[in-house]
This record gives sequence, C-alpha cells and structure tokens, in this order.
Amino acid sequence: MHEEDNGKVGDARSAAGMFLSGLAVSLSIPGVILFASAGGFGALARDAGLSIGNALLMMGVLFALPAQVVMVDQLARGGAFLGAVLAVALIGIRLLPMTVVIVPFLGGSKASLPGKAVAVHAVAITGWIEGLRRLPDTPENLRLPHFCGIGSGLIAAALAGTAAGYIAAGQLSGPLAAALLFLTPIYFMLALLATAAQPSDWLAIVIGAVLGPIAYWLAPGFDLLLTGLIGGSAAHILARNWRIKRGAGLGGPGRRP
Amino acid sequence: MTDLGNGWTTAAIILLVAIVAHEPWRWLGLYLGRDIDVEGARFQWVRAVATALVAGLVMRLLIFPAGALGGPPLWLRLAAFAAGVAAFFAFKRSLALGVLVGTLVLVAGSFWLL
Repeated sequence: MHEEDNGKVGDARSAAGMFLSGLAVSLSIPGVILFASAGGFGALARDAGLSIGNALLMMGVLFALPAQVVMVDQLARGGAFLGAVLAVALIGIRLLPMTVVIVPFLGGSKASLPGKAVAVHAVAITGWIEGLRRLPDTPENLRLPHFCGIGSGLIAAALAGTAAGYIAAGQLSGPLAAALLFLTPIYFMLALLATAAQPSDWLAIVIGAVLGPIAYWLAPGFDLLLTGLIGGSAAHILARNWRIKRGAGLGGPGRRP
Repeated sequence: MTDLGNGWTTAAIILLVAIVAHEPWRWLGLYLGRDIDVEGARFQWVRAVATALVAGLVMRLLIFPAGALGGPPLWLRLAAFAAGVAAFFAFKRSLALGVLVGTLVLVAGSFWLL
C-alpha cells in the first residue's frame, strides 16, 4: 500500500508545487483507469439517450461512477425524480465512511474548512485510494493543496474520458463497445478488493455479489437497498462474531495519522 | 434513442439530485470525520452496507447488462470478469493488470465467437 517512492515529491515543497504534483496523478495508472472507466460511463450515457452535455455535467457534479450509473438507469427508465433522489442518496452513503476515513489526512484543524468542503468532492473510489496512498507522506500543511491537485486532475481525466467514451461509443463495433461498458463493473470490483482491509470488507463483497442478482430478480427497484442492508449487516455480524471468537482486535482501514 | 437526456430540464434534475442527495454525504463525512470512532461498530456496519451495495451493483451490471454489454453471452462476461479478478490477485493486487486482462478476455472471446 505504501512504497518508498509514493507521495515523496522531491523538492516540491510549496503549496503550488504540491498541487501540481497532485495533478500529475491523473497521468499515472489510476488516472488512466479512471479515464477508461469514465469512457465506459460516457458510452453508457449515450446508450441511455443522455446528451453529451448532460453526461459531462453528471460526471462533474456527482463525480462517483456508481451513483452516475444508477442515475442514468433511473433517467433511462423514465423513473420518477423522487426515485432518482432515493437511489442516488442510497448509493452515495458509501461516500460518507470514505470521507470520514480521509478527513484526518487533509491537514487537521489548521486547514481551512471551506477548502476541505471543496476538496472532499474528489472523494470517490480513485481519489480516495490515491489520497490514502499519498497523503500520509505529505507534510501536514501541504496535504490539502496536494489532495486538491489529485482531485482536480482526476476530475479532468474523468471529464475527458466521458467525452471520449461518448464519442467513441457511436463508432465502435459490438465487441469493443461491450468492452467499454465492461470497464465499469470490473474496475469497481477490483477497486473494492483493493481497498478491502478487514474480514467484514471481504464478506460484504462476496455476500453482496451473490445477493445482488438475486435481489434484482426478486425485487427490481429495491435490489440495491436490500443487497446493501441485508448483505452488509450479515457481513458485519459474521465478521464481528468471528473476531470475538478469535479474540483479535479490530482491524482498521489502512494507516491513520 | 430517446431525447430524455437532452435539454435543461434533465440538467436541472442532475444538478438538483447532486446537491440534495449526493454531495451532502461528503459534507456529512467531513463533519463526522473530525471525531468519529472508525473502529466503532456503527462505522464498521455503514462500511459493510456500502461495500455490499456496490458489490451487488457490479454483479447486476454484469449479469443483467444494459446496452452493448449484452452482446457477449453471459458465460463469457463471467469468464472475463473472473479472469480480471484472478489477474488482479496474481499480479500483487494490480488494478491496471486486472482491468486489462479481464477486458482482453472479453474482447478476444467476443471476436472468437463472431
């Protein structure tokens, strides 16, 4: 999770320098994957009948692919406004714990609150992983500019990817169009696995993956809610009992300051 | 193609949903992140629910796909997905290689079936 060369950026010790080195993350592997999966979203949005402007708007203001996919789905099926609000709110809950986990790395109480409120917009799977990877080695007073740089770069990569995917989707042959849409599920699953740090994470992934299709088959519309609540609670309880039985301490999600 | 996604009404809906239903979770996380006990049971439960929900979404996208992903047969989609997950673990949890291998299997399989 945490190699020597990560987050150490030579002599770029000014706020501007750390912002720029954060921007550069968008040119590394995580940025490329985000570009490609945003391309998948662009293709999906086009498939659903969204205009390119609204696809870009959604990418920018939601900046979390699961919520975007759900919202495109709602719009495409002519779902009610309230349905979209509920679905997006439910799936966005995931951002709450992710934000909670990364806030301690944003420079403590000395960093400006409005600055942090803007910065947390970048909390989505990629930004979260890269933040947790790079911020611990960044001097505390430079963490907020660094994370703002990471976020800005990733959002730019995501917008570019959305536009590219949207345009490409109309011109790709069947197998390549399918591959573009395949990027979203495979990337989500691997990102979940990459951030899994404790037994309840692994259990939640496996139980959720099994329960998801069954819930969709039984109760489409409520499937994600049911999967999350039932699968997550089961994973939580199982992991807790298992931990008590082993007498082990609770494993935290990664390193904290 | 429908035209539901065009125009300002949809743009307004997107913006409103983002402000009302999505961004508040990040702000609330910022607020709670000051002093929440990340090892506490409540936090752990929320984390598990969120994780299961996204895992369920992944399998729904894969098994009941919308649009062009429905082209390749289910067994090929699942095989490509499994290959991606296997490559991810085989190459020291490499996101890039996992995504690459899974996608290549899907593309190769699709062209082979054509």
